[in-house]
Amino acid sequence: MALLDVRDLKTYFKTDDGIVKAVDGVTFSIEKGRTLGIVGESGSGKSVTCLTIMGLNAKRNTITTGEALFKEQDLLGMGMRRLRQIRGNDIAMIFQDPMTSLNPVHKIGNQLTEAVLLHQDVTKKQARARALELLKAVGIPRAERRVDDYPHQFSGGMRQRVMIAMALINDPDLLIADEPTTALDVTTQAQILNLMNKLQEEFGSAIIIITHDLGVVAETADDVLVMYAAEVVEQGPVNQIFSRPHMPYTWGLLGSLPRLDAETERLVQITGQPPSLLRPPSGCRFHPRCPYVMDVCKQTDPPLKPVTGDIDHYAACHLDEETKDREATKLLAGMVAEARTG
Amino acid sequence: MIRYLIRRLLWALVLFFAVTVVTYVIFFLIPADPAQRACGQLQTQQCLEQAHHFLGLDRPVYVQYGKFFGRLLPFDVNGLAHGHSPIKMPSLGISFANRQQVNSIVGGAAPVTASLVFGGAVTWLLISIPIGILSALRPRSLLDRGAMMFVLIGISAHPVWIGLIFLYLFAFKVHIFPLGEYCNMINPPVGTSCGGPVQWFYHLILPWITFAILFAALYVRMIRANVIETLNEDYVRTARAKGAPESKVMRSHVLRNAMLPVVTMLGMDIALGLGGAIFTENVYDLPGLGRVLRLSLDNFDLPTTQGIVVFGTVAIIAFNLIVDLLYAAIDPRIRLS
Repeated sequence: MALLDVRDLKTYFKTDDGIVKAVDGVTFSIEKGRTLGIVGESGSGKSVTCLTIMGLNAKRNTITTGEALFKEQDLLGMGMRRLRQIRGNDIAMIFQDPMTSLNPVHKIGNQLTEAVLLHQDVTKKQARARALELLKAVGIPRAERRVDDYPHQFSGGMRQRVMIAMALINDPDLLIADEPTTALDVTTQAQILNLMNKLQEEFGSAIIIITHDLGVVAETADDVLVMYAAEVVEQGPVNQIFSRPHMPYTWGLLGSLPRLDAETERLVQITGQPPSLLRPPSGCRFHPRCPYVMDVCKQTDPPLKPVTGDIDHYAACHLDEETKDREATKLLAGMVAEARTG
Repeated sequence: MIRYLIRRLLWALVLFFAVTVVTYVIFFLIPADPAQRACGQLQTQQCLEQAHHFLGLDRPVYVQYGKFFGRLLPFDVNGLAHGHSPIKMPSLGISFANRQQVNSIVGGAAPVTASLVFGGAVTWLLISIPIGILSALRPRSLLDRGAMMFVLIGISAHPVWIGLIFLYLFAFKVHIFPLGEYCNMINPPVGTSCGGPVQWFYHLILPWITFAILFAALYVRMIRANVIETLNEDYVRTARAKGAPESKVMRSHVLRNAMLPVVTMLGMDIALGLGGAIFTENVYDLPGLGRVLRLSLDNFDLPTTQGIVVFGTVAIIAFNLIVDLLYAAIDPRIRLS
């Protein structure tokens, strides 16, 4: 049994203009100690998926269906009291913007101990010791002194380390990181990713990492979920997604990845804008932007089908497998060739 | 910190200078002559000239201002030359209208205004904090819509009108409350009909509510907006993600941040009120600064007007300073330097 098993998750928001289908039938699961990367453009439903699992969407005007089984208990159906016991204790979350995710009027030490005291029956002193231990583990220099500092006295990268410390302080089984490096500069990004990898080995948590950066996925994830317009369009183990992508959207994402080892003249770009989730396109939602579009794409939405020859690799595309293999090989060969000539 | 205080006090001095000069200028721009008042029926040239001389109005304006400022200083330059002690009480001068020391006029009226303003502030906070928070938690609910209706009425209705309606309804028609009048809380003067804390409180209930309605409306709107904004902050989501119960999220994360601007507003509004809650005091016949100010304007009584302006200015400067110091204590992001 998987640690977290999400089945046919749908999150709809009622707005004045109509119903926005922010997540429309997402299914995935994650095992203990593994890392799942969820990739996609802004507005593809990555964050909402995770906020829904945590029950953090506003209740008003939100419709949620499906199941999210965490240790065989449905997170979506359970009462608030039980959910609160799980939040921050069994499942913890790191948010995108460390500059705004910490409360400016409380000392970071108190924000960390709050998380401990909410879930563990320990004294304030023990909680503080635990907070200090975690601050050291995430590499805050002079942690003994900084524990009584306020968030504004920390840099962005340091604040994200504090957020990570706060998330890991109760030894969660699952850590959800929503674009943990997006707001940080590139060198800090690498440090934070290394830190997360290191801590995963240490604490053994499963991680869901949400990102729009395939580079981050390549560096951290075991499995990948590619989302487009509220749906999963491709999923599988990371090496298969990178070696044999079977969906034109994934090709677009891979092609738009800048590479240091190749002198690419121009990055491939996916033309057009992500579709409105208020009125998504008919058939395959990617068809208006797809260079391989066929008539069938406009009428029927392709289901996620297993990719022959691969294990646990699924893609949603009407193209026949030969074409997909040929185009994927071409794309990757091009990238490799560029790498060689460069 | 000390440097900050010194800088602030120097600025306060500049501000004080500007405000008092403006009061003088406005007073002398008005084509009215206090001497005419002083002479009453006897409007002879001789009387007017005597009155002018007696009130010091025959001197140039800058000399009059200089004398006013000299009286305000806590030390006496002339005294030193004559061998007296140079330390003296700052004086606001003597009233044109009734020859009383303005110090004692302001000193007698200030407790009345302070009673009204501080009690009023408590009243409007008691009304606006719960309503503001509740309507922020349930936007577009019946309570929220009702609160917004109250805000609209509270902002639109004039205190004089509210006061008259209250007096008519609750004092004249139904005898629940007294028809105006003020009762001293401690040491009521001989000959007054009432006194003591109970009477003081009872006589101030209607004035408090009248004075508080406008501010209550403004504060409901402000608190509601602040709480709604704070509820959408990322750190509130972080607190929920930690597993904090909603009551703790509200108390420790939302309200602590949402109430910060309220402190600033409160300091400024109380200080402003201390300069005289003119409408409420006049409707309820409370002998506070606002009523004294209106009477002094009617009498062209410059020293009294100026005395109340000085008092109000000092109150505003003092409260702004208090708010700044308080802010540094409650908001860790602000350090005074």
